[in-house]
Amino acid sequence: MTPAAPVTPARLPTLLLLVCLMAFLAMPEAFSGLFAPLTRNGAAPIYTQAPLLFLTLNHLALVAAGTLAATIAAVGLAIATTRLAGLSFLPLARAVANIGQTFPPVAVLALTVPIFGFGPVPTLVALFLYGLLPIFETTLTGLTELAPEAREAATACGMTETQRLMKVELPLALPLILSGIRLSAVIALATATIGSTVAASTLGEVIISGLLTGNTAFVLQGGLVVAALAILLNEGFMLLEAIAARRAGRPSAKG
Amino acid sequence: MAEPAFAASRRALIDPLGATLAAIVAIAFLFQPLMLLRPNRIAPAQGAFAWEALPGLQPMACGIITALVVLILISRADARLRLAAAVAGLVGLGLAVGSGASHLLPPGSAYARVAPGAGAWLALFALSLATGDALVRLRLSPSGRIAALVVAAGVLAGFLASGLWSDLSVLREYASRSDAFLRELWVHAGLSVFSLLAAVVVGVPLAMLLRRVATLRRAALAALNVLQTIPSMALFGLLIAPLAWIGAHVPGAAALGIAGIGVAPAFIALFAYSLLPIVGSTIAGFEAVSERTREAADAMGMTAWQKLLRVELPLALPVILTGVRIVLVQNIGLSVIAGLVGGGGLGVFVFQGISQTATDLVLLGALPTVAMAFAAGIVFDALIDLSRRQETR
Repeated sequence: MTPAAPVTPARLPTLLLLVCLMAFLAMPEAFSGLFAPLTRNGAAPIYTQAPLLFLTLNHLALVAAGTLAATIAAVGLAIATTRLAGLSFLPLARAVANIGQTFPPVAVLALTVPIFGFGPVPTLVALFLYGLLPIFETTLTGLTELAPEAREAATACGMTETQRLMKVELPLALPLILSGIRLSAVIALATATIGSTVAASTLGEVIISGLLTGNTAFVLQGGLVVAALAILLNEGFMLLEAIAARRAGRPSAKG
Repeated sequence: MAEPAFAASRRALIDPLGATLAAIVAIAFLFQPLMLLRPNRIAPAQGAFAWEALPGLQPMACGIITALVVLILISRADARLRLAAAVAGLVGLGLAVGSGASHLLPPGSAYARVAPGAGAWLALFALSLATGDALVRLRLSPSGRIAALVVAAGVLAGFLASGLWSDLSVLREYASRSDAFLRELWVHAGLSVFSLLAAVVVGVPLAMLLRRVATLRRAALAALNVLQTIPSMALFGLLIAPLAWIGAHVPGAAALGIAGIGVAPAFIALFAYSLLPIVGSTIAGFEAVSERTREAADAMGMTAWQKLLRVELPLALPVILTGVRIVLVQNIGLSVIAGLVGGGGLGVFVFQGISQTATDLVLLGALPTVAMAFAAGIVFDALIDLSRRQETR
């Protein structure tokens, strides 16, 4: 919806946010004065059971792994179901991806615990499952709404099926695919936060610890860091989409 | 993937999609346990295959039904027969699970728990998809789809009321907290629906206002976009601090239930998440009304209000409803998180279940949530179709 633009003055707030986030993660203690008014009975204003930077990196690593796996699977599935032989599986693949999305993330997390035990694995499984639909849908749109002339031209140039896919269809669909990955990554960031209820060490740990001990300072700093990460991740992908769209010769990616 | 090539070569004889689903049903029956038995509610489970879990001749009946369903799904049978087979399979599965639970449960043991195993869930998954696929092939009208949903809900209610499933672990969990369950169910539904209504009441007029002012629109949509990006747990968390402050410092606020922890942060967060889809789809809906239609309305001498209520709003309705559908399904899922900030809802059971490692308790919270989201999706899809028809008439 928002037109993706290259680095302009409009991106200044984003840059400022990035700087603030990095400063906070590098030396959280320096900000303890800001959070101190929110604590009661002399509780610590800054979460120290695990360094915030460590939790952030762990959080991002989980998101990256889950989203990457989802991207590979979803793009593969979308390519397979748009080839002639796989067409009859298209409605099924759509239905499965849709049903997956109606499951609340917490339920997926909780139900994978008996199978994989507590820790990061249930979170990874949930991230993977939740990441599928947006990427699958956008890749499908990108591949099916391609201008027929582009495809015909590729065939006329003597390209094989595979060449056409790799050199024409995928590059042209790339902005849309990236927008799907962006949605998935943002959702993954949220799901990874909830993952700390099943003992994945992510930033959700800070929020939950704050909720359990009634320390609003923890809740706020956990929430702020996650929110900042989500906004930055979103903006970063928008930038990538804009670049891909320019390469694909479109005015802008559909958001 | 080997299936597509296989499907292409045998297109005439075999239904590729049906064959895949049939294979899942067969694998579920032959190689996965139908039931799981636990000595108590948190102990590790032991699997029991269909032929171990069912008494007397039931395993045979179960096998025959499975074989028939598999054959019909593989063949290129017509959609009505496929539907009948898939539904028969689902009902049979429901009966088998209930019977297996009663059979496996050691008499007199108050602690033992029997739950459906991987086989039952896999079969449920494949048969539901087969049912859905058959319904799609039948091209039901919107009201037909709602009728199908009502029938499905009726069958489900019948199973629950008949006591056939009462030995299942999930219903054991329910039996020991039925009052709390009904209360949290209402809280959950109320949170999802009322936050949506609030978003419609605020969002639709806001969208009409923004439609006229382009600069404001860009800023508002960008702000809502950012809001939408913030993960739910973070937003719940961010709201707790200011709400706690308001509850403590503004006179009367605490009496209204505004406090850091509780329903207030959950409601406000859900409302905030609902705004973008509602505003976005309302703007899109109004933009889809063509200039010529507007001019025609003007030419007929309609006032601005008449034009809005009798031309623009009806034409924009399908798109607005699409936004409402997204929000409702999303809110039903997000309301689970409310359980974490003391806002109640079915998430209470999910988080209790996680902390006690009691899978059945998690299911007690999760299954109704999924069912509600699913039903809401179907009802609104039908409503959207109906409003589209109205438009073309």
